[in-house]
Amino acid sequence: MLNVNNQPILQMSGLDAHYGDFQALYNVDMEIQEGEVLAIIGANGAGKSTLMRSVCGLIDNEPDQVKYRGQNIGNLRADQVAKLGIALVPEGRQLFPSLSVEENLLIGGQIGREGVWSLNRVFELFPILKERRNVPSTALSGGQQQMVAIGRALMSNPDLLLMDEISLGLAPVIIKTIYDALPGIIDDGMSVIIVEQDITKALSVSSRVYCLQEGRVSLEGQSSTVSREEISRAYFGVE
Amino acid sequence: MDWVNAIIQGTLLGGLYALFAAGLSLIFGVMRLVNIAHGDLIVLGAYLGLSTTLVLGVHPLLALLIVVPLMAAIGYVLQRGILNQTLGTDILPPLLVTFGLSVIIQNGLLEIYTADPQKMDAGVLETASLPLGSLSIGVLPLLTFIIAIVVIGSLQWVFYRTALGRAFRAVSDNQDIAQLMGLNRRHIFGLAMALALAVTAIAAILLGIRTSFDPSIGGGRLIFGFEAVIIGGLGNLWGTLVGGVILGVAQTVGANINPGWQLLSGHIVFLIILAIRPNGLFPKVN
Repeated sequence: MLNVNNQPILQMSGLDAHYGDFQALYNVDMEIQEGEVLAIIGANGAGKSTLMRSVCGLIDNEPDQVKYRGQNIGNLRADQVAKLGIALVPEGRQLFPSLSVEENLLIGGQIGREGVWSLNRVFELFPILKERRNVPSTALSGGQQQMVAIGRALMSNPDLLLMDEISLGLAPVIIKTIYDALPGIIDDGMSVIIVEQDITKALSVSSRVYCLQEGRVSLEGQSSTVSREEISRAYFGVE
Repeated sequence: MDWVNAIIQGTLLGGLYALFAAGLSLIFGVMRLVNIAHGDLIVLGAYLGLSTTLVLGVHPLLALLIVVPLMAAIGYVLQRGILNQTLGTDILPPLLVTFGLSVIIQNGLLEIYTADPQKMDAGVLETASLPLGSLSIGVLPLLTFIIAIVVIGSLQWVFYRTALGRAFRAVSDNQDIAQLMGLNRRHIFGLAMALALAVTAIAAILLGIRTSFDPSIGGGRLIFGFEAVIIGGLGNLWGTLVGGVILGVAQTVGANINPGWQLLSGHIVFLIILAIRPNGLFPKVN
């Protein structure tokens, strides 16, 4: 996608986030360019999922703390954010248990955004889902459920895709299948933020990386050049 | 033959109870809202039907064309304006607010229409009957039962075959994730209440043709609706129809033993079923 004025597709500035009295994010500054694949790593409880929830509108923030293509979206509802073209593959997959596999995908598509992704394209990406299209989503294995969760997000034809811990709880061979599908998603110029605990995986697919530690950005760098020492320092906070 | 007749009449009456219950069931299914004002909304629908027939001079069944969309609009506004604000993790606020709503509707109707019992004039439909052997089947109860089947079949179709139904189920499953799919739950809830009150309007008109009504009868209709939903099993619309039929048959059979036992026998059967099958006869399996 052509990026004339070099404006980031998403920009967080001074982002704070709270759950009641508990503050989960402190003054986070972060940005992602059009077409970029960004990785966010960090230990459990570092604030990664909170950050995802803030971006997609499930947590209310100050309007200008999150900007999408220059527009303040920090205080928009999740459905409004989704219509702008941001989709989330939530941690733990969170499919709709009352809906079949196909219905789960269709509900992602009902938002009505035009683009390359359709039911057939998702079935091409994950052929097993076509075979199992009419079974309840709860009847699928964990890996297949993750495929549905990714397909459901793609069905909205997002410009920015957020993937929260897509390898969590899955067998290594399944994780490989899912990560092997990633290039087919990214090829179309979609911007992607990948949240991962598996650092190697995160670095291998991304161009830039941020590390969160206790709600603050502890490292920012190029995925190819950042060193193991820097990461472990940023990850665990030890010298 | 008296018993056969009682069972047939009870079955047909069950259709009306299922219509009372369908809206209740739908609302609970989509947004976990227990609507205490449901019975009074039925009575409101009946009065709106009465006013329509009087002002326009039309048959009560034609009044459906006005009352159904009107009640649907009331449902949407009510949901967006008031009820959405009560929904959350605490189940108490919607109970209190709909209870207050029930009192307001009842007293509002009392002010406008007085406490005098009213009835809609449906002409020959009220007394027409079809012979069946030595029995005769009332056309109105039969029509009510058929309408109940059609309405429940349609709701079932909407729920499981349309995009709107998909949205209802998704929001019911997980509100946050549904919101991520671009579904504004407040709007979806509004649509669910609109659909529920559209069904309620049909029940209301059929009630108003069948019997006389006054502003105070809402509570009783609410109980019948609740009982039908719970006998049938929460979240199962065809179960609700069965629940309505069981309740109707229990009442007419009870009345056949002793006219004073009509309501009591319905409640007793309800309690027995609740004791044996606390989740109802056909609970939705997840």
